[in-house]
Amino acid sequence: MLKIENLHAEIDGKQILNGLTLEVGAGEVHAIMGPNGAGKSTLAYVLGGRPGYEVTEGSVTFNGEDMLELEPHERAAAGLFLGFQYPVEIPGVSNVQFLREALNSQRKARGEEPLSGGEFLKLAKEKAGLLKLDMEMLKRNVNVGFSGGEKKRAEMVQMGILDPKLAILDETDSGLDIDALRTVGEGINAIMRQPDKAVLLITHYQRLLDYVQPDKVHILAKGQIVKTGGPELALELEREGYEAVA
Amino acid sequence: MSQSDNNDQAVVARASQEEAIEKDRAAREAAKSLETYEFGFSSDIEQEFAEKGLSEETVRFISAKKEEPEWMLEWRLKAYRHWLTLTPPDWAKLNVPPIDYQDAYYYAAPKAKPKLESLDELDPEIKAVYDKLGIPIAEQEVLAGVEGARKVAVDAVFDSVSVATTFRKELEEAGVIFRSISEAIKEYPDLVKKWLGKVVPMQDNFFATLNCAVFSDGTFVYIPKGVRCPMELSTYFRINAENTGQFERTLIVADEGSYVSYLEGCTAPMRDENQLHAAVVELVALDDAEIKYSTVQNWYPGDANGKGGIYNFVTKRALCQGKNSKVSWTQVETGSAVTWKYPSCVLNGENSVGEFYSVAVTNNYQQADTGTKMIHNGKNSRSTIISKGISAGKSNNTYRGLVRVGANADNVRNFTQCDSLLLGDKCGAHTVPYIEVKNPSAQIEHEATTSKISDDQLFYAMQRGLGEEEAVALIVNGFAKEVLKELPMEFAVEAQKLLAISLEGSVG
Repeated sequence: MLKIENLHAEIDGKQILNGLTLEVGAGEVHAIMGPNGAGKSTLAYVLGGRPGYEVTEGSVTFNGEDMLELEPHERAAAGLFLGFQYPVEIPGVSNVQFLREALNSQRKARGEEPLSGGEFLKLAKEKAGLLKLDMEMLKRNVNVGFSGGEKKRAEMVQMGILDPKLAILDETDSGLDIDALRTVGEGINAIMRQPDKAVLLITHYQRLLDYVQPDKVHILAKGQIVKTGGPELALELEREGYEAVA
Repeated sequence: MSQSDNNDQAVVARASQEEAIEKDRAAREAAKSLETYEFGFSSDIEQEFAEKGLSEETVRFISAKKEEPEWMLEWRLKAYRHWLTLTPPDWAKLNVPPIDYQDAYYYAAPKAKPKLESLDELDPEIKAVYDKLGIPIAEQEVLAGVEGARKVAVDAVFDSVSVATTFRKELEEAGVIFRSISEAIKEYPDLVKKWLGKVVPMQDNFFATLNCAVFSDGTFVYIPKGVRCPMELSTYFRINAENTGQFERTLIVADEGSYVSYLEGCTAPMRDENQLHAAVVELVALDDAEIKYSTVQNWYPGDANGKGGIYNFVTKRALCQGKNSKVSWTQVETGSAVTWKYPSCVLNGENSVGEFYSVAVTNNYQQADTGTKMIHNGKNSRSTIISKGISAGKSNNTYRGLVRVGANADNVRNFTQCDSLLLGDKCGAHTVPYIEVKNPSAQIEHEATTSKISDDQLFYAMQRGLGEEEAVALIVNGFAKEVLKELPMEFAVEAQKLLAISLEGSVG
């Protein structure tokens, strides 16, 4: 589904990704772990197409399509979702308005009919319920005045509504208390654990992986995947640290 | 009602509003089929034109064409003679080339638009905007002034006439007077004489004085005591806005305990060969009366290089004369090359309330110097000013506002919020507040912010599936939300689209 080969990327002339190669198949969940500054968030932004993150070498294909040629919104329409480490506030724009416009833009790009107001609200209600987020929260402005945990749960509601093929979740577990962590984990499973979907979980800690069992765990260091293993690799990391394992 | 309720309702309301528009269209068609027989004739109106240039002769000609009474002619002449002694104001942050007032026609409005054979001849840019706003083809032809489709235009006007006839009956039953100002001068001379020039004096300023001398036409509204106007006076006016002249004159009087909501303008852009527009709007609210006046202004702003475009010098003022009277100005300004406009409230009445909600967008080489004046003379009078300026391209956008508290006005309160949003780094946003307080009990608050659309916001919205221009439009609409929610629903939706269109090409 997602195929990254020998990816090199830089920001302001500073090399961050250094020949990263990774393949994620349909129906799989992969975790990427690694020390601070390894390039985890950069990888997420490069895959999302953020301006300023320049790919200097290598390729990224998504279901056979060259991703690097696409604008961020075209990647979204193709089925890519990025869960932000720091979700952004948009004052004056309600979640409902934001997500309905976003979803209908994606649908339009795919040649599908837009959802009506009624259909959309029904969908939003269902997904909010899944993440135990009060529907009232979705009527509020995008991330404005949300606590850290609320922002992360709202990201997952967005994911549920937009229904992507591939979700790249950048430290979605940070800022969550124990109960919220379980809710988010179960939400990810409910939304993304399907034969035609895949997840790339970027995280520092094992704890989210208790709820979302990865098929593979990769260690990212200095802009490269330095080690790949099964779920046991995450436990090993938790016990012994990056230095010992990688 | 909370903000979030509003947001949510907007989505739901949009669906029901589409229904309402459909119903409205069906009703119009039904009304038309009933009434075309009665009104189904057309005649070519003979046109006469005043000679080019401005003189006493021109003023006399206009007055004679309108068969005005002697007092009206005298009033115009007095204004004209005074105007000769004035010079154009130069204090605004505007760069306007000198205007040759002798090189213009002052009575020829209906012929001003070039006639087109078909919509195919219309400037593709304007056509694209019509399509984006979702204006039906027939209405597009009227707006564009298509020659071959004059019949359509006539039909469309009759269409509105038939609806308007129904409306007019309902208004008359309520006792509301709603006429062109020319009709009102003849039919209700005492009412007009009592208030015309009382809010904006004839000597007020260069452009207002010019308007007094040569105003072409406009609207007169009188709401009698205790009457709540049974409908928004928008639909009617909007359809009749085709020949909004160059020098428009509006007078609205709300008698004791009455209420009216009035909407001026049109979201559809119109080419107009008259470069200078100088309108005067006067509002009077007596005891316990309320007037809500909403404007959507989208006149031709000139091309991307700053060529052409309307110069819009407007004087709008409300007199909150009675106790507990209230006037709200809401404006969405996206058009014109130059905008010089300060809808104001003179708060004479005790407990009177003035409000000003404004969104002003400038792109390319547009210039806007706009704001308000809140003059507090009445005890316990209150005012709220919310101004949202959005600058893009190489434009300049200035908020200029005055809050004045008279010595006898105890316990006055004012809250002002001016927010500026910049798109790109070649545009300018300026805030010029004037505060004059002569009574120590006043509480005046002023908040101002300037911000840019952040890369974070843009990327976030695009990652969710919005194209760059959609993302900018969404963020800008969010920025202007506090003002847009003050507009009547139908226009709020159109205004949102309009903001998006006005900012096209301003990013990237």
